[in-house]
Parts: sequence; C-alpha cells; structure tokens
Amino acid sequence: MPVAYALQQLINGVTLGMIYGLIAVGYTMVYGIIGMINFAHGDVFMIGAFLSLIGLTLLAGFGITYVPLAIALALIAACGIAALYGWTVERIAYRPLRGSFRLAPLISAIGMSIVLQNFVQVSQGARDLNLQPLIPGGMSLMEQDGFVVQLSWMQVVISVVTLALLALFTWLVTRTPLGRAMRACEQDLKMASLLGIDTDRTISLTFVIGAVLATVAGMLFLLYYGSINFFIGFSAGVKAFTAAVLGGIGSLPGAVLGGLAIGLIESFWSGYASVPYKNVAAFSVLVIVLIFMPSGLLGRADIEKV
Amino acid sequence: MSARCFAPVAMLRDAGLSALVALGLFVALIGLRLVPTDNGLELQYRGWLLLAVVVAVFVGRLLLLVWRAGRPVGTPTPRRLAEGITRAGRWVAPLFLLLALTLPLYSGRYVIDVGILVMTYVMLGWGLNIVVGLAGLLDLGYVAFYAVGAYSYALFSTTFHLGFWETLPLAGLLAACWGVILGFPVLRLRGDYLAIVTLAFGEIIRVVLINWTSFTGGPNGVSDIPRPTLFGLKFNASGDPDTFSAFFGIDYSITQRFVFLYYVILGLALLTNWVSLRLRRLPLGRAWEALREDEIACRALGINVTVTKLTAFAIGATFGGFAGAFFATRQGFVSPESFTFIESALVLAIVVLGGLGSQLGVALAALVMIGGSELFRDFAEYRMLVFGVALVVMMILRPRGLVSGRVPSVALRSRKEISAELVAQGRG
Repeated sequence: MPVAYALQQLINGVTLGMIYGLIAVGYTMVYGIIGMINFAHGDVFMIGAFLSLIGLTLLAGFGITYVPLAIALALIAACGIAALYGWTVERIAYRPLRGSFRLAPLISAIGMSIVLQNFVQVSQGARDLNLQPLIPGGMSLMEQDGFVVQLSWMQVVISVVTLALLALFTWLVTRTPLGRAMRACEQDLKMASLLGIDTDRTISLTFVIGAVLATVAGMLFLLYYGSINFFIGFSAGVKAFTAAVLGGIGSLPGAVLGGLAIGLIESFWSGYASVPYKNVAAFSVLVIVLIFMPSGLLGRADIEKV
Repeated sequence: MSARCFAPVAMLRDAGLSALVALGLFVALIGLRLVPTDNGLELQYRGWLLLAVVVAVFVGRLLLLVWRAGRPVGTPTPRRLAEGITRAGRWVAPLFLLLALTLPLYSGRYVIDVGILVMTYVMLGWGLNIVVGLAGLLDLGYVAFYAVGAYSYALFSTTFHLGFWETLPLAGLLAACWGVILGFPVLRLRGDYLAIVTLAFGEIIRVVLINWTSFTGGPNGVSDIPRPTLFGLKFNASGDPDTFSAFFGIDYSITQRFVFLYYVILGLALLTNWVSLRLRRLPLGRAWEALREDEIACRALGINVTVTKLTAFAIGATFGGFAGAFFATRQGFVSPESFTFIESALVLAIVVLGGLGSQLGVALAALVMIGGSELFRDFAEYRMLVFGVALVVMMILRPRGLVSGRVPSVALRSRKEISAELVAQGRG
C-alpha cells in the first residue's frame, strides 16, 4: 500500500507539473527578455482552454468525431488565435511602456489580466463548462493490498506532448536564428538592437511562442480535468509563476524543474496531508527555497556592480 | 508646433489591419458562445455582434489616428494637464481637504457611502505608499494585512465583546506583527522575487481564512460584528438613553451613522497621512528613501537595512490593519471573499497611478478609480472590464502617475520640486 500510494501520487504530481511547466516557460521567457512579470499569461492559458473547447464543440457539430483529428485541428486553430492574443497584449499594453520604469508595465499587465478575464466572463458566461472525457481508459501498473496504481492514457498523452513540445522548443532556442536572437536579447537588449537584431519582432515572437505553449497547456488541462471557467487562469498562472521563480526566473530548464516541483508538492501534500492546504504547502516551499537560494534553483545570482 | 502629416490611405490601411486583427481575436470568443445544455455543449452563433465589434474597432482606430494627426507635436495634453495639477498642488490639497471635511453637510446618504469607500482606499493607498513609494519594496500582498485587521476586530469583538476603539490598536499591532513575519524571510529578496513572495503570502492568509473553519468561520466568515460607538453612544433606532439620537434629543436617522463612519475613516486616513509625512522627516523615513534610491550605498553608509525594511513593512501593515478593522465595523460582516488578490492589485494600482510617494496623487487616484468604477455600478457585468481597460490606458498615458513632480523630503536650502523621473523606484 505505501509504495503503491506514493507511486500514484508521483504519477499525478508529474502530470500536473508538466502542465505548470508549460505555462511557466512562457513566464520565464518573457521575464528573461524584458524583465517584467507578464501577469496576463495565466489568462492567455485560460483563453487557450476556451478556444480549444469552442474548437472541439464546433468540430463535433461538423461531424468530425475521430478524436485525434478533432483534437489536432482544434489545437491548431486555438494556437493560432491565442498567438494573436499574445501578440496583441504585447503590442497594446507592454510595448508603449518598454523602457519605462519597472512598475508601469506591471500595473498594465494586471490591467490586461483583468480585461481578458472579464472579457471571457462577459462573452462566454461565468458558469463552469464541461467536456466529457475524450481520451478515457488507462492501465493499472501494479497492485498492492488492494490499491491499484492507475496510469491513464490522458496522463501519458500529457507527458508525451509536453516532452515533445519542450524538445522542439529547446531546439528552437538553441539551434535557430530566432532562438539566437532571443538569447541575444536576453543578455543585452540594447546591444542586440545595435547589432541589427529586430528586437521588437523578437519580443513579439517571444509572446507568440509563450501563448502557443500556454494554449497547449490549456488544451491538456481541458482534456484532463474536463471542466473550465473564466477564473482558471489566475490560480494556474500564479502557480506557474511560482514554478518559474522557484526554478530560477529566466532559466528555461528551471521553469520545467520548478513546475515539476510544484506539481509534486501539491500532489504529495494532497495525498498525505490535506487537500485544502496544498497551495499553502507550495507557496511555503517557495518561500523556504528563496530564503536559502535567493535566485531560485537554477537561476544566476544577481550580481550588482557599483 | 506643426501638425503631423495627414495621410488618409495609410490611415485606412492601418485601421483595416486593426479590424482584421480584431476579427481574428474575436471570431471565436465573441462570434460563438458556448451554451451548456442537458445533452452537452451547444454553440450559439453571434455573427452580427462580431461584425459590430469589428466595425467599432475599425472606426475607433481611424478616429484615434485622425485625432493624433491633428494634434500638434510637442507636449501631449495629459502631461500639460498634470503639470497644471502639480502647480496647483499648493491650493488643490487644502481645497480637497475642505471638500472632504464638509462632504456630509451637502450630500445624501449614497454619496457619503461612496465617500467612505473612497476614503478607505485613500487610507490603504497611503499605507502601501510607505512600503512601495517610500521604501521602494514591491508588495503584492498588502491585502493580507487588511484581512488581518478585519478579522482581528471581527474575532475580538464577537468573542471577547471588545469595542471598536479598544480593538483598533490591537488590530494595528497584530497587522504589524504579520508585517514583520512577512518581512523576515523576504529581507534578502529583491524585485520580482519579493513581488511573488508577497503575493504568495496574501494567498496563504486567504487560504487559511477559508479553511480554518473553527477559528475564522471558513467561507461563511464572521457576522454580527458590532458597530463603532461615539464615546459609548450607539447609532440605532432603539431610543435607549445610550444612543446618539436620544442623548442629544434629536430624531434618529440612519444617515447619522453614515456621517459618523465617514468622519472615523477620514480621521484615520488623515492620521495615516500625517504620520507618513512626519516619518519622512525623521531619520527612519530618510533611511527608507535612501534605501529606495540605492541599497548598496545605504549599507556602505552604515544604515541598518534589516531594521529599515522591517519597520517599513510593519508601519505599512499597521495602517492596513487599521483600515481592515474599519472595514469590518462598516460592513458588520467579513468573509475571505473580500481579501482576494484583486484588492492588492487595486491598492497598488492606486499608488502607482497616483505617483509613487506622492500623497496628493494617491488621494486623487483613489477618487478617480473607486469613484469612477462607482459610476459603472449599473453595468455590473462590464464594470471590471472597463476597470481593466482604464488601468492599461492610464498607465500608457501617464506611466509616472498623475502627479509628476516630487518635493524632496529634506533639502539643503530651499526645497525645489523635481520631476518624478529623477526619483528611483527601488529594487526591493
């Protein structure tokens, strides 16, 4: 029983952590390049989930019932539109404030987050929307004293999709001209623009990529939990940002590591202590880690030269 | 002062592109609506609404471009306006004070009620201004102290039957303790690490309030919180000798209680203002401002950074706690719902929009934001949407806040006003 139970929590935690990791990458990327908390990112995730649900419902209405095809088509459409949201948010709310002092973009981002949340509430209603499970079933890994460890196909899909996407993303950042431009902007925005990198375009594309990753996370969230509302972006966003900070903000592997850590803490805390206090546990671990490692697990120490 | 060139074709193209982007953004979320029915979800098509929104974006963008082209290049209007406000600051502040003091004389119950709400946020803004504006420490969890104050009064009064005036100092003290508890772990953190930890702290307090049902009443909160009294005189219609109306031999009216509450919060807010203005002249306040300007230089000069940061958190939290106790007594009821992140964001927005460190600016911003959103009370559904748009627009127009000038707290000979651009925002 103890081993089996722990294994089950491990599986659940890793699945949850993958979703947090995908969102956290968007936070950490934007932070690395322009040094601001993109508070609206969690709401882009929420919009991604809504777009996925609308897409799936629309396709079902057209009679496309082959699940992999429907999911793929809905995901592509949702990613396209959500990318437009990411781009527009940056263009409207952040670009005019670039180079302004630190708190102005933060307030603007909080404003944008309120706008997106309430826009969806007004246009799609405040009720929970449910989707019947599209990828049911799973397999039992082991049995111990009557406790069966379940690994659902959905959890397999989440892990495979996330790992594939992160591999693609790592390739993009390390091997392509766009990735080189992004890394250059991260090191020194002004120098990069002096050397002929179109920084505006690079920043816009960073937001677009972040929005696409968040949409995939939104689709996985929708398929896994089967229920969404306009407010899911806040708590997922805060926890993903916590994950990014825990891993060391600005570090891409750190974001995934932090996401996994937060997912595991939540799942083990829910399994062994109490479900209502799982957020308290996650945030407490964040505070404790930051006391001893002020720049996160994998972050670079912030050295100030005088 | 020459007008910008006027190019209709480019403008039409720009507006057309904006309309196209709007079409992309809204095609799914406005054009379609998910409707839950008995047998799964159904889609409702709203083509005309989508068309209307896209046309509105096109026309709006075109008007914006035409307006911009017709406007002379140079000082934009809002800046001139704000410079006017700053220059007029000498008499604007006393005028506002006079208006605030005499408000109950010429307004009805509704306006007084809105006044109470605005004053609560003015007080919260001034309290947070100590942490963010003076000490330069970014606090995204200020609502936690507000909650501590509110629950302190709620629980002390319902459990030990203590009155408002006895509990007020206790609420402040408890909030200050929590300020120090938050302050300790974040001493080494800077910038956005500090922001996320303070945000997490606010969430922890809220989650505990929701789940510790035996102590806080859980999601149902605490109700039947007693109202404040004026030297033991109550405000109710019972006609007992210890009520305000019976003591002074006048007819009871519910407005009396509102007027009393209004003067209580006005007094508390003015206390906050007075304390922070005096503190700025003390060595402690100067240390806060020095910390905001340059932490390393502070350490080099021998300022105790630990004590400086902790006192900033504690004193800011104290006023948050006072405001919370007042909130509890005004509502007569507290529940965790009142202490969400959006409240912290609202208070921070008031401080930033007013202009960090500017007392007058914070008061103006609270008036604009809270009073303004009160105008939209009838459109409850769209209220927060408009509020969010207003936040973004105001930040873009005036990133440094409404009041763009600062008077240094200490100066050698004459205190000359400087631009807010020259004041550091702190890295903490």
